[in-house]
Amino acid sequence: MADSSPSVGRVWTPPPLIANATLRWIILIGTVVYLIAAFGTLDFNWQRIAQGWERGQRFLGGFTPPDFVTRGEAILEGVLESLWMAFAASVVGIILSIPIGVCGARNLVPQPIYMVCRSIMAVSRTLPEILVAILFVKLFGFGTFAGFMTLMFATVGYFGKLLAEDIEAANQAPLEAMRAAGASWLQRLNYAVQPLVMPRAIGIAIYRMDMNFRESAVIGIVGAGGIGATLNTAFDRYEFPTAAAILILIILIVLGSEYLSTFCRRLVR
Amino acid sequence: MSVASVNGKREWQRYDGKQGLLRWVLWLIGAAVFVWCWQKISAGTEWSFVLDAPEQGADILGRMVPPEWSYARVLLRPLWDTLNMATLGTMIAVVLAVPLAFLAAQNTTPSAEFARPFALFCIVASRSINSLIWALVLVMILGPGVLAGTVAIALRSVGFIGKLLYEAIEETDHRPLDAIASTGASSGQIISYGVVPQIMPVFAGIAVFRWDINIRESTILGLVGAGGIGLQLNSSIGNLDWSRVSVILLAIFATVIVSEWVSASIRKAVT
Repeated sequence: MADSSPSVGRVWTPPPLIANATLRWIILIGTVVYLIAAFGTLDFNWQRIAQGWERGQRFLGGFTPPDFVTRGEAILEGVLESLWMAFAASVVGIILSIPIGVCGARNLVPQPIYMVCRSIMAVSRTLPEILVAILFVKLFGFGTFAGFMTLMFATVGYFGKLLAEDIEAANQAPLEAMRAAGASWLQRLNYAVQPLVMPRAIGIAIYRMDMNFRESAVIGIVGAGGIGATLNTAFDRYEFPTAAAILILIILIVLGSEYLSTFCRRLVR
Repeated sequence: MSVASVNGKREWQRYDGKQGLLRWVLWLIGAAVFVWCWQKISAGTEWSFVLDAPEQGADILGRMVPPEWSYARVLLRPLWDTLNMATLGTMIAVVLAVPLAFLAAQNTTPSAEFARPFALFCIVASRSINSLIWALVLVMILGPGVLAGTVAIALRSVGFIGKLLYEAIEETDHRPLDAIASTGASSGQIISYGVVPQIMPVFAGIAVFRWDINIRESTILGLVGAGGIGLQLNSSIGNLDWSRVSVILLAIFATVIVSEWVSASIRKAVT
């Protein structure tokens, strides 16, 4: 088919992401206005920032070489503390979140129970972990127990929600069949729901354990034990080589656990 | 799955003997490790502090109510700072993460021996250090304030956005790319006309999702001196000013819920 209209002067452009032109312009102008407002109100201390480069260099100089030895014992203890805190919190958190997650699935329970369980999970997910840690340190005193409680609380919200959503998204036919055969609620749960969601649930559980370890490095800063507490002490004492060593260890362990969790998930599948 | 005969009757079992034994042993090991961990935790715990927790909790709650509502007016500025840290941090992270993602993706990387491992390392290092630890380090370098918080948010987000983005790039449909390549397009043209249109919706979703997480994280960066509402929280807790703490907690709660709603509706619109 010959196109009679001259193609000269017409250039093809890819379609824009936001099809609605008005909306596109509103977003664009809004962004510009926001940026002007944001930069206008930021009170950067330029003098301090100008020193930043030099300070940064000195800081990095203080970091190298990382020192694993001087505080070796404290570092080892901190890492182990974090590991068992994360493990115990994951186990208890997951055990607790199974009933909450199951009751947060719309297709298994009546509406009121569903609402209660969903709101427990929403509260747990909305509060930043570090805030929960501060409150728990006030309640239970310094140390790993507060950290354990914090991670457990966070695990309930995370694991419970994903479990509930998995149950809702799973194939409903076996559930229907079991109900037709006259199975009780528990039997339905055990034979129609559990086998379907189990592989993914194990994957999520392993991932959550990995997350708990990472978080345990942070909540120590507010006094909830683990490697975070050791890191915080190192910073407070200006022992930068030790701090560098701890940061490297955290990265290595997180890397290791990431590989382990990919491996485990592949094994389960 | 197998059928075993129990008392002369054939009965259905989910696992055969060997599988069942293996499962049983694995559960036993898990339980033993847990008990060991629990002993370690309880050895380091002052149980008298734990047991009076209900009293302590009731006491704190009693001091938190009623909240000192008039304090909310002072919080507007820190909330604005918090919003700025999250938003500007996300913007910086996006700028840094996009080239990293293209370097890290198997199908767009210029060199699989050098550039790809480098980009992957940057992504992993950024992801494994929490923004609070980044902030702790940056406050020492840049001094306390909003800037340290913004950079901390940015450094943490680079890994997150980079990882999800490079996975999206690797999952792109290669047929349009082949088609564009066969017309003699340069690799830059292939990326801008073949890859970019495919990943744009995913990319927008990732950025908004991370922004939502960043709002949550920037509310607490003040605890280590990096600006935002966390500064007020830290000083109020330090002064045992619980009626102010409750106002701040409510403000954080509200901010997080609003940002979650905004992010969810934007993501629904683009995907």
